[in-house]
Amino acid sequence: MNLPYTLVQGAYIVAGLLFILALSGLSRHETARMGNRFGIAGMAIALIVTILAATIGQEASGLQIGGESGWVGLAWIVPAMVVAAALGIRVARRVEMTQMPELIAILHSFVGLAAVLVGWNSSYEHDVAYPKVHDVEVFVGVFIGAVTFTGSIVAYLKLSARIKSAPLMLPARHLLNLGVIVGFVVMTVLYAAIPHDNLFARQSLLGLMTLLALLLGLHLVASIGGGDMPVVVSMLNSYSGWAAAAAGFLLGNDLLIITGALVGSSGAYLSYIMCKAMNRSFISVIAGGFGVEAGTSVAGADYGEHREITAAGAAALLDQARDVIITPGYGMATAQAQYAVADLTRRLRERGVNVRFGIHPVAGRLPGHMNVLLAEAKVPYDVVLEMDEVNDDFATTDVVLVIGANDTVNPAAIDEPGSPIAGMPVLHVWDAKDVIIFKRSMATGYAGVQNPLFFKENSQMLFGDAKARVEDIIAAL
Amino acid sequence: MRIVVPKETRPGERRVAATPKTVEQLRALGYDVAIETGAGAAAAYPDSAYAAAGAQIVSAEQAYDGDIVFGINAPSVSEQQRLRSGQVLISLLAPALDPDLVESLRARGVTALAMDAVPRISRAQALDVLSSMANLGGYRAVIEAASHFGGLFTGQVTAAGKMPPATVLVVGAGVAGLAAIGTANSLGAVVRAFDARQEVADQVESMGGQFLRPHLEGLDTGPSADGYAKEMGEEFNRRTTQMYREEVPKADIIITTALIPGRPAPRIIDAEMVASMKPGSVIVDMAAANGGNVAGSLADQVVTTDNGVQIIGYTDLPGRLPTQASQLFGTNLVNLMKLLTPAKDGVLALDLDDVVQRGMTVTRDGQTLWPPPPVQVSAAPVAAPVAEPPPVKAPMSQTTRLRIILAGAVVFLLVSAISPPAFLGHFMVFMLSVVIGFYVIGNVHHALHTPLMSVTNAISGIIVVGALLQVGQSGQLWVSILAVIGVFVASMNVFGGFTVTDRMLEMFRREEAPR
Repeated sequence: MNLPYTLVQGAYIVAGLLFILALSGLSRHETARMGNRFGIAGMAIALIVTILAATIGQEASGLQIGGESGWVGLAWIVPAMVVAAALGIRVARRVEMTQMPELIAILHSFVGLAAVLVGWNSSYEHDVAYPKVHDVEVFVGVFIGAVTFTGSIVAYLKLSARIKSAPLMLPARHLLNLGVIVGFVVMTVLYAAIPHDNLFARQSLLGLMTLLALLLGLHLVASIGGGDMPVVVSMLNSYSGWAAAAAGFLLGNDLLIITGALVGSSGAYLSYIMCKAMNRSFISVIAGGFGVEAGTSVAGADYGEHREITAAGAAALLDQARDVIITPGYGMATAQAQYAVADLTRRLRERGVNVRFGIHPVAGRLPGHMNVLLAEAKVPYDVVLEMDEVNDDFATTDVVLVIGANDTVNPAAIDEPGSPIAGMPVLHVWDAKDVIIFKRSMATGYAGVQNPLFFKENSQMLFGDAKARVEDIIAAL
Repeated sequence: MRIVVPKETRPGERRVAATPKTVEQLRALGYDVAIETGAGAAAAYPDSAYAAAGAQIVSAEQAYDGDIVFGINAPSVSEQQRLRSGQVLISLLAPALDPDLVESLRARGVTALAMDAVPRISRAQALDVLSSMANLGGYRAVIEAASHFGGLFTGQVTAAGKMPPATVLVVGAGVAGLAAIGTANSLGAVVRAFDARQEVADQVESMGGQFLRPHLEGLDTGPSADGYAKEMGEEFNRRTTQMYREEVPKADIIITTALIPGRPAPRIIDAEMVASMKPGSVIVDMAAANGGNVAGSLADQVVTTDNGVQIIGYTDLPGRLPTQASQLFGTNLVNLMKLLTPAKDGVLALDLDDVVQRGMTVTRDGQTLWPPPPVQVSAAPVAAPVAEPPPVKAPMSQTTRLRIILAGAVVFLLVSAISPPAFLGHFMVFMLSVVIGFYVIGNVHHALHTPLMSVTNAISGIIVVGALLQVGQSGQLWVSILAVIGVFVASMNVFGGFTVTDRMLEMFRREEAPR
């Protein structure tokens, strides 16, 4: 017995629509959970129908399409999926919110790996209608998949601090990248030209190309520094979508094409938003580390002396304040200070202080990283505002707490056109009456630029571990 | 150490370099202060007030018996002779305009600090008398203009008829210009202003003025390195002159503040423009001391032209507000002394490694230290020396965009002509999905970026469908094995991704929502 082909396609259309609903649901807090459920529903429909089709085959107008794996195949598939599901759910339940970026990066690598495997498998198909087109599709699919795979792994290693997050600066690295891409195009043409019975030559070529693509992914992400990670992660997200879409072309499967294109274009747009927030060119980040060279560093400039404050002093300032804005950065995540910060926020709000959060679009290592951490610590999301929403309010703010942020609050981005971060939109914290900066030392931030904010007359430094210091302030209050 | 404050001797000078309040602050830094009797009288600070603040009142003969001499104006020749070696003189000196004075001070072994040579960096603003005095001068210029002008500043509609508001044109939007704009605006006048530095337009508008913009396409109007306006090229001057020719006849009041330190003032309003003004109009030339921005202006005089325009060339505008001016000048001096007395022990320690102190020091120990090495200003936005493209890219023009789209369309048509029909069908689906993805994501709330990424990540695990179908497709064992591995990793993605998204969304809550 075979499943009607039209039924399978119909199920795919329903699943595709549900995925679109899922993405649009995610655009607002109120509908976000519903959106996730739409996504789950779409995935469930697609999986059930596909497993059925894979097991018992499918037919159109009495003709069987594709192979069927039968119950043996099901015996392969079910354990694999059950174990994978158990593993995936276990990790997803346990992961710390501060480790979110790593988790998402490693999940991307799975999609990349799957795309490579699907591409390779597909290269053994013989009875395809348009062999040359199919060959090109195989190459494109494997290429994108391989780049996503190794790129995500490097991103994962960087984000989990298993390797240094400093950008790798090979000489002529742009030429290297370009060379790999040109090589890829040449090999694609060759692959399509070699006759299909010369299996050995074809598969060696495919293997060589896969290797090159793996190296390209490695190099692309290795040459991007830690601070650009929000862009990299969303870019890899986009790549994983394109990999799925390429697999869809390969298999002639519209569901894969729809879903891949949705994910790919939405990821690309998200990366674009991130790039705009950092005033980087989209191309330069995708190409890997272009932006790093721009600008002359003025780290040597003399900004004078910074002043220190004690936790008790900070508490006294907060005690007098009516309006407080907290601007967190990656440092809050590394110090795991979100609960302490949330506690401080709650106490201040109980005293009638208007406490709000100003989040820079690229704070942290993932788009929206800070929001997730604050949500985890139960900070109500309506006091967590975007940069543009609070930037005009700093002038009327009594105290700003800068917790583990550096480059995102650097006035040099506005005042010093020669600075590497010049032109990047930043939080105007220095407009406030008092600024307290939580920092471990006077070291520079990710961009390697000195921050003149620390030397402003209304700035005071509170050195030490952010979590411990916030707790000290709570105690002093 | 002992600070002495002699009475100012320049005719018409009513200011004094210390007030009772600043005397207290100087004493807190560890200094003894002596004031010449009657020094503050013209600024409404009687000797008794100084004495109450702890200053010693001394006669004119003893007015130079101290280690540090404070003054407003540069010492006259006779005053220079009263200075002795080792003394520190702090006052306005205009070292660039008066080399004889610098030489005389050097020869006497006096250490001279020029209050009008403070580098224009943020840190030094607290001691910048040029700013504090220019602020008062700008205010006073409007007041002088108002008292010479035969009309009201503000427009009114009364039973006796309608009166139009006065139109005030301010030339130069430095500190003085901005103060003048603010004052004229608060009196109700219509204020227009121009400055060669285009970047001050916002400041002009923030004070209530309207910034005039001549046609300047293709000219370098960037900011200067030292925070003052720089002299511009010929073409720039031609175009701005054209603009003035149009604006000057419309103005009832003109206030010119264009000064470049150490240079003669630029001539901006020529005789022809003055002649084009209405009778009864008033011009205040704040640059009259350096030759004037206006043709026919004379320092310290009011000139009335043949067509009835009054040109006021007072050079003592800040001094016409002596009480306030003395207080501000005195506070600038206190701030300088704080810088010079890091230990607060009443001992002056000049540190020539500090750019502010170095910039002000004209002579020291028989050596001339003028002019100082240039200081880069951080307060004003300065173009980087390395020619760099501006960080914000100009948006693509409509025509280039159209061309790119057309070129893309042609290429696509060529490709589609040779591709199989099935491919094009899939491509259609692909393109539409790309567009949908783009629009769906367009208005995502920023806080939801992370959940969005994890859900798109879970969805992209749909590639599992491809792997599933391949498990039994070819019949080769190792293809099936690869496919099963694909199913495994992609499934992890699907289940993990949806679970973690759900977990995150669970955490987002509004305040009033129940737990």
